[in-house]
Amino acid sequence: MVAGTNSRERGRGDGVSDAVVVARGVGKVFGTDTDRVEALRGIDLQIARGEFISLIGPSGCGKSTLLRLIGDLLQPSAGELVVNGKPPRQARLDRDYGIVFQQPTLLDWRTVRANVELPLEIMGVAREERAARAEEMLALVQLAEFADHHPWQLSGGMQQRVAIARALGFRPALLLMDEPFGALDEMTRELMQQELLRIWTETETTVVFVTHSIPEAVFLSTRVVVMSPRPGRISAVIDVPLAHPRDVETRESDDYYRLITEVREALRRGETGEGRR
Amino acid sequence: MTDASADVVATTSRWSPRVRRIMGFLGVLVVVVVIWELYKVVGKALGGVVPGTELRLRPPPDDRIMPHTWDVVLQLFRPVRRNGELTVLLLGKAALFTLREAFVGFVVGGLVGFGLGVAFVRSTLAERAFMPYVVASQTVPIIAIAPMVVVWGGKLDIPQWLSVAIIAAYLTFFPVTINTVRGLRSPAPTAMEMMRSYAASPSQVLWKLQVPAALPYIFTALKVSATASVIGAIVGELPAGFRDGLARALLEFSQQFNAEKLLAAILMSAIAGILFVGIVTWFEHRLVAAAHRQE
Repeated sequence: MVAGTNSRERGRGDGVSDAVVVARGVGKVFGTDTDRVEALRGIDLQIARGEFISLIGPSGCGKSTLLRLIGDLLQPSAGELVVNGKPPRQARLDRDYGIVFQQPTLLDWRTVRANVELPLEIMGVAREERAARAEEMLALVQLAEFADHHPWQLSGGMQQRVAIARALGFRPALLLMDEPFGALDEMTRELMQQELLRIWTETETTVVFVTHSIPEAVFLSTRVVVMSPRPGRISAVIDVPLAHPRDVETRESDDYYRLITEVREALRRGETGEGRR
Repeated sequence: MTDASADVVATTSRWSPRVRRIMGFLGVLVVVVVIWELYKVVGKALGGVVPGTELRLRPPPDDRIMPHTWDVVLQLFRPVRRNGELTVLLLGKAALFTLREAFVGFVVGGLVGFGLGVAFVRSTLAERAFMPYVVASQTVPIIAIAPMVVVWGGKLDIPQWLSVAIIAAYLTFFPVTINTVRGLRSPAPTAMEMMRSYAASPSQVLWKLQVPAALPYIFTALKVSATASVIGAIVGELPAGFRDGLARALLEFSQQFNAEKLLAAILMSAIAGILFVGIVTWFEHRLVAAAHRQE
């Protein structure tokens, strides 16, 4: 796989040296000898700076596991992972990535502002700096006027935007997202996708995005990584050369439909066991 | 009927929640008093036996063993003994004395309980090793433990009231430990992963995530413990032979077979307990309700 073949037109991410994530032969086995589950096998992947990568596949294909391996929330059983040029553990300790889960995971007892400030607090950022960054991030996700609300007073979509603001507040090089819009209704979901692309463009962050929605993966990504289960592996990588900025017109274009079909067929091939490498 | 109930709803909602709470409390009190007095009236009319049988009513409805409710209240404002002080003054002082021991025990027990909870959540090994003993400690009757603590305390030259407080603490810590463990483990796995992704230190995870999440659990335990600590203090006063606490009053009145005084003392103990739980609840509203999801 060639790194950065389809990074954005911004001219970032043009070489192995600029890779934010490198996986070589990564495998993950859960459980003991008696009931071992092989979640991932032989994952080779390179993600260049500024890319937006979607991991897509059916349940049990190990896409969330791969995300957690990159984030050092799990340790690989085989192979090697490099994040931002260092071992995942060091990348985590250096706060190189922010993470967003399917559930917003906001702390109920903190205001929206205090939730966004939480990681900054933990990192020992000074009070004024924290306040300034929280303000900036809440403006970015267009929730400035809700800073003093508590999470339960916001809708699901707004809560998830707070979670994104929180993950970006300390300016990580990498944003890991585990089905962040999975719990939202379709309308909100499309709005959030649009928002996320805008944020991605403004912050120039690299994104790894787990989803099982084909249209979502195609609309958002520069590349879609198709995975298949038992054991989890990469069955195809599909470039998405749709122009930026993407909008409603993109969703109605022929190229968009063609790419959706391409991903769907890759998924089906992976399911039936063809196209194994 | 529907009209009437609609009327009731409209009437009650005119009052503030606080007033409604107080009215609920008084309503129950009235019902209890009515049942009590009704039982006495009906029981007496039946001659103290179950109709058509020789079975005596228990408790017997006579005024000596089951005095009128108003006599119990009036007893509070009569002298304890001839030329003695008013019952309410004596019991009030006794309740304050006992509450002080209970409070010290409550604070010590609460801190120990919280500390144990944190230790157990930090180390599964500690939990496995100590939890059986913690559980066992609570199955031993407090009446058996109390004299021992007082005797040992005496040998160690610990002031007696402190020994009593230790007994109160003994009853306090257990619910706090159990609920602290439960509460510290209550955050979602993703919340823990999130803290890990920030490379938060264990103490940051504890104070910024686990403890705030555990507060509702801990306060539930503290309310149980507040009442338990009063019981612990009263039971502890018995072997200590304190003359100033509620235990002495309860013991003396029961030996006198004076139901009016005894019930007055029980009433005072109950008020002490309610007062204590009320204080804890006040703190709970301050610390938890304002911060956590509330309707």
